[in-house]
Amino acid sequence: MSDPLGVEVDAVTHRFRSTEALSDVSVRFRPGTITGLVGRNGAGKTTLLSLIAALRPVQTGTVRVGGRDVWEEPSLTSRVCLVRDKGGVLEDVRIRHTLRIHRALRPHWDEDYALALLDRFEVPLRKNPEQLSRGQRSVLGATLALASRAEVTLLDEVYLGMDAVARRMFYDELMADYVAHPRTIILSSHLLEEVEDLMEDVVVLDRGRVAAAGDADTVRQQHSTGDTLASLTDVLVRVSTERAPR
Amino acid sequence: MERTALTTAEPFDDRTPIYQQIADRVRHAILSGDLQEEAQVMSTTQYATTYRINPATAAKAMSTLVDEGLLHKRRGLGMFVCPGARDLLRTRRRATFWDDSMRPVLEEARALGITTDQLVDYLKEQP
Repeated sequence: MSDPLGVEVDAVTHRFRSTEALSDVSVRFRPGTITGLVGRNGAGKTTLLSLIAALRPVQTGTVRVGGRDVWEEPSLTSRVCLVRDKGGVLEDVRIRHTLRIHRALRPHWDEDYALALLDRFEVPLRKNPEQLSRGQRSVLGATLALASRAEVTLLDEVYLGMDAVARRMFYDELMADYVAHPRTIILSSHLLEEVEDLMEDVVVLDRGRVAAAGDADTVRQQHSTGDTLASLTDVLVRVSTERAPR
Repeated sequence: MERTALTTAEPFDDRTPIYQQIADRVRHAILSGDLQEEAQVMSTTQYATTYRINPATAAKAMSTLVDEGLLHKRRGLGMFVCPGARDLLRTRRRATFWDDSMRPVLEEARALGITTDQLVDYLKEQP
């Protein structure tokens, strides 16, 4: 795999009709680092990730991957992989077909690894995604994300449908694969306790703004009182109560 | 050289930064003799996959221990315990033992109404 790519977001504001989903967001995701993207529902996490993956055009500000504008550079698209808990696959054709598409589109695609993951998580290849259980759907998404080995991998709540055991297995796989193939990973999740040890950096979004960002230990320390380190949940509670709702 | 695993495979708590907990466990293993001088310490990669933590967290623990003169890096091989690391830790820990370890015990004994004589008797009975 080529060198990891960093992601730079500068002064990005994004509106959906009258709602401002992102307000003047400037943040950096360091190359080769796992960053947690946390925030309450509606904080703007998914909007930010879709801008990084160039699923939507940027309205105001700039989003750069490896120093280049993602929207203007089609060649970057195959190197950024966004996976959500659903979508991103053809529902009514066999999973094998979805794998074939990824093999064609993803320059670092590892087919053997994808097959091994699906086998390990007991997802049958002959089925269509629409026939899978919710947990199997999540596993399929996570598998596509890991086996794509994209320089920038965006995981948006992929593990939501998985049960506790499958999630544990997924975190193990994620860490083992990251160590073997270091890349830039942005991880968004509501299950803060489960993912807080996986990340090196954290970005906390609150109502479309960056409420805190940086090294996860430092951010947690800054929001701690006394000797006990604040958990990410503590940080989130603190940032969302500090500011009166608009 | 034999790779020495940590003394405990217990998960980390979430009240102190994990890199500090890793550093504490390594210091403890050196003090207790579980990690001998010149022994190899688990790699950051092993820490990451064993404990499901970010490798940078383990690396931070290692660099703290290097700064303290307890570990050294051998290029391409990994991290090893420095000669004299145990003595270094013992000397440092002795200096803080009374305040860090004994004082809380004495305060609790006082709160419980345990007398100095009882404490002395207890200490003398220890093998």
